[in-house]
Amino acid sequence: MVQRNFEAVDQTLAKLYEVTVPAAVSSNLTRRPTVPTEAPAFVRDVLGAMIAGDGDSIPVSALPIDGTFPSATTQWEKRNISLEIPVWEPDLCIQCGKCAYVCPHAVIRTKVYAPEALEGAPEAFKSTDARFKEFPGMAYTLQIAPEDCTGCTLCVEVCPAKDKSQVGRKAINMAAQPPIREQEACNWNFFLNLPEIDRTALVPNSIKNSQLLQPLFEFSGACAGCGETPYVKLVSQLFGDRSIIANATGCSSIYGGNLPTTPWATNRDGRGPAWSNSLFEDNAEFGLGMRLTLDKQNEYARELVQQFGAELGSDLVNGLLHADQSDDGGIAAQRARVTTLKECLHNVDSPQARDLLSLADTLVKKSVWIIGGDGWAYDIGYGGVDHVIASGRNVNILVLDTEVYSNTGGQASKATPRAAVAKFAADGKATPRKDLGLIAMAYGTVYVARVAMGYSDVQTLNAIREAEAYNGPSLVIAYSHCIAHGINMRKGLDQQKLAVQAGLWPLYRFNPDRLSEGKNPLQLDSKAPSIPIAQYAYNETRYKMLVQSDEQRAAHLLALAQQDVQRQWQHYHQLVDLYEAEVQAQVTAAAAASSNGSPKEQA
Amino acid sequence: MDLSTTYLGLSLKNPIVASASPISERVERVKRLEECGAAAVVMYSLFEEQIVHESLELDYYLNRGTESFPEALSYIPDLPDMGRYSVGPEVYLEQIRLLKEAVSIPVIASLNGVSTGGWIKYAQKMEQAGADAIELNIYYLPVDPELTSSELEAAYVQLVRDVRASVSIPLAVKLSPFFTALPHFARSLAEAGADGLVLFNRFYQPDFDLDTLDVVPNLRLSTSDELRLPLRWISLLYGRVNVDFALTTGVHTAQDVLKAMMAGANVAMMTSALLRHSEGHVQQVLSDMTGWMESYEYESIRQMQGSMSQRAIENPAALERTNYIKVLNSFQEVSGGPLPTMNFSLR
Ligand SMILES: Cc1cc2nc3c(=O)[nH]c(=O)nc-3n(C[C@H](O)[C@H](O)[C@H](O)COP(=O)(O)O)c2cc1C
Ligand code: SF4
Ligand code: SF4
Ligand code: SF4
Repeated sequence: MVQRNFEAVDQTLAKLYEVTVPAAVSSNLTRRPTVPTEAPAFVRDVLGAMIAGDGDSIPVSALPIDGTFPSATTQWEKRNISLEIPVWEPDLCIQCGKCAYVCPHAVIRTKVYAPEALEGAPEAFKSTDARFKEFPGMAYTLQIAPEDCTGCTLCVEVCPAKDKSQVGRKAINMAAQPPIREQEACNWNFFLNLPEIDRTALVPNSIKNSQLLQPLFEFSGACAGCGETPYVKLVSQLFGDRSIIANATGCSSIYGGNLPTTPWATNRDGRGPAWSNSLFEDNAEFGLGMRLTLDKQNEYARELVQQFGAELGSDLVNGLLHADQSDDGGIAAQRARVTTLKECLHNVDSPQARDLLSLADTLVKKSVWIIGGDGWAYDIGYGGVDHVIASGRNVNILVLDTEVYSNTGGQASKATPRAAVAKFAADGKATPRKDLGLIAMAYGTVYVARVAMGYSDVQTLNAIREAEAYNGPSLVIAYSHCIAHGINMRKGLDQQKLAVQAGLWPLYRFNPDRLSEGKNPLQLDSKAPSIPIAQYAYNETRYKMLVQSDEQRAAHLLALAQQDVQRQWQHYHQLVDLYEAEVQAQVTAAAAASSNGSPKEQA
Repeated sequence: MDLSTTYLGLSLKNPIVASASPISERVERVKRLEECGAAAVVMYSLFEEQIVHESLELDYYLNRGTESFPEALSYIPDLPDMGRYSVGPEVYLEQIRLLKEAVSIPVIASLNGVSTGGWIKYAQKMEQAGADAIELNIYYLPVDPELTSSELEAAYVQLVRDVRASVSIPLAVKLSPFFTALPHFARSLAEAGADGLVLFNRFYQPDFDLDTLDVVPNLRLSTSDELRLPLRWISLLYGRVNVDFALTTGVHTAQDVLKAMMAGANVAMMTSALLRHSEGHVQQVLSDMTGWMESYEYESIRQMQGSMSQRAIENPAALERTNYIKVLNSFQEVSGGPLPTMNFSLR
């Protein structure tokens, strides 16, 4: 051994060569600018300097005076961090949109467009016939942003289309990035300039349709493969052009708005989410305040519209006050009316007209979202969440549940499951997780859903659409895999599926509106527990490490957790039965009433 | 009725041994095996590769993302006493100790190593922890076309020699059926110091899922039909290679155990049967065996051991390969029936 060490030293010495440093720089390699030259001036000069680590040189005068930073700026920060990126195979692709749906970084986009738009496309640009019944004769492209991809591989994992002659090859596969970087960057730019889908011609009730909508949350700095961001991105696709977001402190506030760049983006019309971060302890109230403000503004605007009845004409007034804004078509029509309204008002000079001008936009339905993690919703901000759902106001709460305080480094929250290790629960959490959904359901007036896109992407989509459509408080609790679970992140969606199959994360939707339609409000969307929880848990370091540190305690806690699962499932089942009985009673009462005449007549 | 036998120099009250399986992960189950009459137990294998993999994996996940973000220096807690992490063979060694305390039947440890150093180190630790014997489970799937069978066999023989030189408790080697010249290889192992051969390990073959086009694990328990392969080979090797034999794969009933004994095995091992019917099954098999031996007037197990080995039977060719042609021909004559294979008829 000693002899071999000597040999190693000798061989090293034999291979040492002196490098002479040239007197002058002779290389013609240059660094790319931190931000492309075509970026807006503020991005180039201010944000670019920050990205370059040169923030101290920026004069205070260059900073926004009220702290409002422009959104849609992550697109200029080409981080270029992945050595491998996905490559699309149009001939194998079934255009299901799943890869785009799960991409945590909004790197994969799909578009359906008229074939003529391909004129002038780069040579390597891929296109195929669109397979959408709504869009006959159109072309389809799935494009990857090569310099924004993090290489997390979730897209490849989720892709269901395999080559029949070589099943390891899917419709999307990872390949070395450097050789295709330039070409794909060029394709990406061309792709961005293709027309966006007409939202009014599309119902986003399937995964493939939803993924034709432009994400207004893109290229965030979340960990590669983050389980939270796909949900956030989905909300931005469905409602981003009219949403106002209150974000609790946590991972989502960091990747959602850490300087210098902002992932919240705008569409071609300049519309996008208005976003602000508040504290851990008041975020739900912060969002409620947004709702109350909008409601008040809307109320005053409606009063004013009525006052201007004569100038505006009854058609416009009726339309403005009673428009159906339940889908993108309705929203577009209302926006058109508001434009007309503004045009009419420009000719009127009165304080009321000026008020209405400034409030006119609140006549278009806004979507208020209150977003945060489990540390916020279950613990520190729980009182506020409870207060807000009890208010009955129309807000949508999205809980990105990683079952642990992720951003601060994995401290246990009340969402941390029994038997998992976390900071402050280093011996494995002894108590079961709080059932936040059940607590919210107890009001009977709150829309509640529990989702995990890795188990059912469609159920997630339905829940988020229903939550938004519900005219009252909604709570969507979303399973989010996280690096704090100690998992191979490319298997994050598999873990989601196993969590549901093990019964640890039963999926359901509770929609109070259904009761009045004579339907059971509680729908269980996953099957009874079918695998032991160990099959899920022991893929995760947070559970496994307890086996290694205290095997007996691990076994004991896991056995208790297994009991929790059975008990919870039975509990939900009994709830479904109870509601079913209530629905049946309603039906019977209604039938009795119609056959016997009204109670008054009987009396 | 004398059911006793010896295996690897250990005196056993009967020939039924629980082969390596997860049953031995639980002390209560091994106690129950002893109560039901099992004569010895082989523990689940300690896989060196798994230990190495697990400690690397644990280290990776415990440290991933650390020091990368000022608000969170780590994502998973350090235990106050990191020494408490028992990644490595400690859990296994502790289990040997616990089992030795809990039962009085012999406990045989099972080892699957990767490196020579690993095999020796863990074998020594097993001996120190109190194992009565060690079974070397040389489970390895050679897929490298450059690797020849003679190289592989030589490596195994060297391995047995190395381990033999470093421990003094008895050694058994558990083999797969996939060796070309098995009798020669078996003899080399015996010469290298193996006290017993465990024939044959049963590999779990993965399956294809046609819906998802995935390769999926598929654990199927054995049936008595699978007894015939080890039965034949023990018959052939008995008396030719001077070691003890343990028959594993396909032992489910009293008949299976008796056949194993007649072929020349010292013990018959069970896993599938115990997983399927649980520990109480041993009791049933023992009582059926005694019943059979009584009605056919056998006095002891020793009396029958090797009685149907190739050397002892009337027509030794019945066990050799040429017989295959005869069987095939007879199959053509009774066409339509299932293909008959080697079996003993216990009258
Ligand atoms: C669940 C299971 C786990 C096993 N684990 C091991 C093991 O760790 N080491 C080993 O050498 N054999 C192992 N085996 C193989 C058994 O010891 C036995 O040789 C094989 O199952 C054939 O015997 P049988 O027909 O009685 O099941 C395992 C078998 C099963 C079914
Ligand atoms: S590898 Fe990850 S980041 Fe890149 S496109 Fe796929 S899902 Fe998106
Ligand atoms: S997941 Fe696969 S099949 Fe579906 S759209 Fe993406 S590449 Fe095509
Ligand atoms: S810590 Fe977890 S939740 Fe936060 S960005 Fe990373 S993966 Fe996502």
